[in-house]
Amino acid sequence: MTVRSFRTLLLLPVFGLLSGCNMVVMNPSGDIALRQRDLIVASTALMLLIIIPVIVATLYFAWRYRQANTEATYDPDWHHSTHLEVMIWSAPLVIVIALGALTWISTHTLDPYRPLSRIDASRPLPEGVKPLVVEVVALDWKWLFFYPDQGIATVNEIAAPVDVPITFKITAATVMNSFFIPALAGQIYAMPGMETKLHAVINKAGMYEGQSANYSGSGFSRMNFRFVGLDKAGFDAWVAKAKAANKPLSRDAYLELERPSEREPVRFYSSVEPGLYGQILNMCAVPGKMCMHEMMAIDAKGGAGKDSHANRARLEYDNRYAERGDEGNAATVGGSGRESHSPEQPQGMKPKSNAPEVKPRGAPETTGHDHSGHGDHGAPADGPKGSDPVAPGQLNK
Amino acid sequence: MFSNPDLQKLLFGRLTLDAVPLHEPILLVTFAMVALGGLVVLGGLTYFRLWGPLWRDWFTSVDHKKIGIMYIVLALVMLLRGFADALMMRAQQAMAFGDVEGYLPPHHYDQIFTAHGVIMIFFVAMPLVTGLMNFVVPLQIGARDVAFPFLNNFSFWMTVAGAVTVMASLFVGEFARTGWLAYPPLSGPAMSPGVGVDYYIWALQIAGIGTLLSGINLIATIVKMRAPGMTMMKMPIFTWTALCTNILIVAAFPILTAVLAMLSLDRYVGTHFFSNDLGGNPMMYVNLIWIWGHPEVYILILPAFGVFSEITATFSRKRLFGYASMVYATVVITILSYLVWLHHFFTMGSGASVNSFFGITTMIISIPTGAKIFNWLFTMYKGRIDFDVPMLWTVGFMVTFTVGGMTGVLLAVPPADFVLHNSLFLIAHFHNVIIGGVLFGMLAGITYWFPKAFGYKLDPFWGKTSFWFWLVGFWVAFAPLYVLGLMGVTRRVQHFDDPSLQIWFVIAAFGAFLILLGIASFAVTLVVSFLKREQLRDVTGDPWNGRTLEWATSSPPPDYNFAFTPVVHDHDAWWDMKKRGYVRPVSGFQKIHMPRSTAAGLILGVLSIVFSFAMIWYIWWLAALSFLALTVVTIGHTFNYARDFYIPADEVVRTENARTALLAERV
Repeated sequence: MTVRSFRTLLLLPVFGLLSGCNMVVMNPSGDIALRQRDLIVASTALMLLIIIPVIVATLYFAWRYRQANTEATYDPDWHHSTHLEVMIWSAPLVIVIALGALTWISTHTLDPYRPLSRIDASRPLPEGVKPLVVEVVALDWKWLFFYPDQGIATVNEIAAPVDVPITFKITAATVMNSFFIPALAGQIYAMPGMETKLHAVINKAGMYEGQSANYSGSGFSRMNFRFVGLDKAGFDAWVAKAKAANKPLSRDAYLELERPSEREPVRFYSSVEPGLYGQILNMCAVPGKMCMHEMMAIDAKGGAGKDSHANRARLEYDNRYAERGDEGNAATVGGSGRESHSPEQPQGMKPKSNAPEVKPRGAPETTGHDHSGHGDHGAPADGPKGSDPVAPGQLNK
Repeated sequence: MFSNPDLQKLLFGRLTLDAVPLHEPILLVTFAMVALGGLVVLGGLTYFRLWGPLWRDWFTSVDHKKIGIMYIVLALVMLLRGFADALMMRAQQAMAFGDVEGYLPPHHYDQIFTAHGVIMIFFVAMPLVTGLMNFVVPLQIGARDVAFPFLNNFSFWMTVAGAVTVMASLFVGEFARTGWLAYPPLSGPAMSPGVGVDYYIWALQIAGIGTLLSGINLIATIVKMRAPGMTMMKMPIFTWTALCTNILIVAAFPILTAVLAMLSLDRYVGTHFFSNDLGGNPMMYVNLIWIWGHPEVYILILPAFGVFSEITATFSRKRLFGYASMVYATVVITILSYLVWLHHFFTMGSGASVNSFFGITTMIISIPTGAKIFNWLFTMYKGRIDFDVPMLWTVGFMVTFTVGGMTGVLLAVPPADFVLHNSLFLIAHFHNVIIGGVLFGMLAGITYWFPKAFGYKLDPFWGKTSFWFWLVGFWVAFAPLYVLGLMGVTRRVQHFDDPSLQIWFVIAAFGAFLILLGIASFAVTLVVSFLKREQLRDVTGDPWNGRTLEWATSSPPPDYNFAFTPVVHDHDAWWDMKKRGYVRPVSGFQKIHMPRSTAAGLILGVLSIVFSFAMIWYIWWLAALSFLALTVVTIGHTFNYARDFYIPADEVVRTENARTALLAERV
């Protein structure tokens, strides 16, 4: 059997399967992700122009010039042809020039730092539209979202009105994570002490899966959140619901929230202690610590010389887990306090996750399999009805 | 253990009985199997009285052929470990959906994917590549050994020491849970306290020293020890790729050493190179590790390209098409591989211009790579292709690797990378190039040069079986991951909620099972071929009608490789010699100057294991002692003046006459 017929055989059931699954990357709901999809398709098509002939030629030559075929020409000393040499260097070159141009343009237009200029392919951004600002903090192992303009904060759920540009400002509290909502836009890393940005827009109402795409320790696998696209009224209602939660997010509450935990239920905070996001970003949420921007201001003025020594302890921030007695994200024996390959779960992990008894009260039994998504466009009422279900996993069914 | 905790700490550092996972059934069974296997091997060695020969002819040998073979044995043993990890991950991901947790808790699963990556790259792919280069390069250039034979032996034992260190973490303590590149701050002292990352650091440091020294050695060998007449542009392509790979090693591995040294300083003495606070910068680590890491993938793939070039020409019975452009393509790839590292982290917030620069440089690498594919294609054109096992691997590679290359270029488009980065699409891509490129290349190379090393061919039936299982297994295992990547599924996830994904993971697990059959078939090939060795015997030294110098000598070659240094007049020196009616000289042999075996490399390797173990477990007295011992042995070895000896002319005559008799018998 030739390689080709083998592969055709293998591919048959694959096509059947593909029709039954949802490739969110290939069928997204936000304009940025859609343009990224188009770019994937265009680049692949461009490359197939050369890849398919090469594969076909490989198999054809292999068959044609097999030893048994004595009819084929045999020319053992033929090893050079300027024409062919020019062709084999220039053919990929032409493709790369085309692809390079496409890359240069698309990388600039789809730069996550670049404010949007359109809502979708047919609608340019009207002037004077104020984007929705969301400040994102990756914690161990949940996501905290601040809405500075609305004055609310949430855990493991974000909502945004459709067709309104969103500006995400992204950071992390301890280690690197990656903020990724496949249906909305590509990912960008969430890194402690640094702020990254992402501009995106959701064009269809619905519930979408969000996740951390970069491994961050024990609870990483369950570090999912929900992204909800709502109409204007729905979004206002969602904000009102958060306000009605009547639970403020103080600095102390944040420090408690920050401790390692997985599968956190969705939470709403009606108000936020002013400047909390800035403190997290500048690594000074713990009382008594010096903010990074303060130290940078001192440095910008030429530094404080030997007096800086007095600030040293105030600048040590990574040690707060150890000081509080919390286990590091990826602790191993000798540092975890547990024996080697202990059956005991690391700190912050539920003893037997997914067992019914650890589910928060009110959580629907099927939350983990709640695959409302594209199928339920415009039906956010299926979402969290005041209850606090755990953040679901892969929603994009 | 001790009533006085201070004394225990002084003697054993942080090593306690808790470090031995006596309650973990998977590890206990593994340990039992390893111990049993080890006992069988040790018993066998004793029973057949092989300790002496093993020590004299192999462990202390400075012969590049023996060392090359030992590297490959190490790689194949480690392949079993790395592949066991792969099977465990595939099994976990195929079952852990919804309420089913699977059998691996996160903190165990995390260690497995970290160990899988580290082992497959550093202790499988690297020793395969180094081993093949070690074995083949001196023979191809008509040399009697490498430039620094002792260094070669020392490099090998350092690689073994690194591998032993990784393996030790399985039974004493735990391995890192950070992913194979151990990004800080996750791998820093605050977030990864414990021995895991320290095992990682010391294993790579020690093995890295070995790799670096072996790189220096092979560069010197290729530059200084070519047979007369072999100008640079007459070198075999495999030697060219080996040269470029070793240049990459020498330029890249010091960066790895430096970045790991800085990470160890952060972890051991509290510096802040990569911490979040006090001016540390984790981004610096990410940059540095990839400035090593990207050239590393070319370190692996270039020799594979070289193997395919040799095989295509030999089995097409035709001179390689476009030799010069093949050389230039290799050199261009070598240079460009330093200008692309940032494509591993487009998603970390670099500006659009920086991202596009690195995206486009990455695409440019596909031009010389494409040229190479075309050159192989046109070598096959108007050839007479003999589909022996090495050629099957080559065609399998050309089809598979082309797809992997395409998905690689796709990932080099930054906006596309934003949705595909860290996804299973990425996992599928790099396995596509590393299995479809490096591994296929190395297995092809092993099959191709096996008769040179042992004097008999590998059994073709089992070789073909292995090839088809690998090829089909690869596609069944990784095509589903491409699909899953497009479904937005990311890597290193231990448990999924969405049951609709499960079917894909089950298919992938089945693919891994097929690959297991491929590995098993390869093992069967080795055994069957050994049993049938008289049938498969090759006395000519040139079983494939080869083109390059290694086929000019006997199989296996004598210790001195060539009784007379060959003189090179054209490309494909041996083909040229055969064409011009070369007659093997049968008289006039002289004594031959050779390097002498030494145990110093092995001793240094063992001391390095002790040192790294002591550092990992904070057993300071032992660390100091073993470091002192390392220094003493190193200095002591410089006073060893008995470095060389002469193979007497009589013995050369005896060896060569035996060969003459064998050849005459055949005619």
